[in-house]
Amino acid sequence: MKLRAPLSKVRGLGSAKEGVHHWWAQRLTAIALVPLSLWFIVSLATMTGLDHQAVTQWMQSPIIAVLLILFIIALFYHVQLGVQVVIEDYVSCKVIRITSLVLLNFVVLFAGLASAIAVLKVFLGL
Amino acid sequence: MAQFTLPKNSKVKQGKTFSVPAGAKNKKVFRVYRWEPDNGENPRLDIYEVDLEKCGPMVLDALNHIKNDIDTTLTFRRSCREGICGSCAMNIGGTNTLACTKAISDFKGDISIYPLPHMPVVKDLVPDLTHFYAQYASIKPWMQTQTPPPPDRERLQSKEDRAKIDGLYECILCACCSTGCPSYWWNSDRYLGPAILLQAYRWIIDSRDENTGERLDELEDPFRLYRCHTIMNCTNTCPKGLNPAKAIAEIKKLLVSRTM
Repeated sequence: MKLRAPLSKVRGLGSAKEGVHHWWAQRLTAIALVPLSLWFIVSLATMTGLDHQAVTQWMQSPIIAVLLILFIIALFYHVQLGVQVVIEDYVSCKVIRITSLVLLNFVVLFAGLASAIAVLKVFLGL
Repeated sequence: MAQFTLPKNSKVKQGKTFSVPAGAKNKKVFRVYRWEPDNGENPRLDIYEVDLEKCGPMVLDALNHIKNDIDTTLTFRRSCREGICGSCAMNIGGTNTLACTKAISDFKGDISIYPLPHMPVVKDLVPDLTHFYAQYASIKPWMQTQTPPPPDRERLQSKEDRAKIDGLYECILCACCSTGCPSYWWNSDRYLGPAILLQAYRWIIDSRDENTGERLDELEDPFRLYRCHTIMNCTNTCPKGLNPAKAIAEIKKLLVSRTM
């Protein structure tokens, strides 16, 4: 390893030609989450004390269901992008890094999809 | 995982104390990091009491006084003593800066002096900047063009275009910003760091350079560029008052704008 020229180490495998999309998506989801999460929190707060039927009725409005699913997509996409950065920053062992990145994708996809299906289930009255 | 504690052989021990001769009126204490590669010992903090009547106003003056009159074994880099060569970059009072442009009077109590953080140490206050310079070479810091130069004159640049490299061309590559960046500490093997990215932007924004797209291609990488999380230590510490964080943000903006 010591016999490698310093420049050869820096040039390494070259540029991945990737990262713009990740960076841009992280900003877009962050912007979308400002109104969506505010709306979600305010809605939850104003519904304290309501019974199950009132809340399911609220979720059966198409606008509410769309907003809820948008909130879920933005939230879980943003979580995936953010935690990916944390893992890339701090996990230097290649095996652990790739494994945790794959696991992260699986977990986020599962949790996001489960949340969206739950909203749909209530919306469709199943 | 990133290592947050020092390995055993890097723990800094208490070193020698060099007292000032009795009768000194204006005494200042310098606590200086010392490490020798040859004797296998841990690094140590030597304490130098300096009579400020006997040296100039800057931290570098005190270091020169220590080396000339107190302890000749102290090793550090210095050259221009006026903030243009970047040789005497070190961590003074907890901040990366140039010893030659930092006044002793800026510090109230004792002054601690360490080499630039998170770099391999050659000896005492001298860090190994080989990798840093290789990273600089990797961005090809020279003008690249397709158009042949005019036969009878230099390549011209309007005053407005020239103004775009103000705040960039002044960078002296002292490495204060890069070695102050946590992202560079954890991932400098692949992350280029603020100094090199500011230099890259200096060529990207130069109106005479015609390889802007290729330069952006080379930077578009999750590690080379996007390890910057806008921590802003770089801008905070730059002894020349430059703003590497802004230069990096401009690169990111250019990369987005070329996709839409």
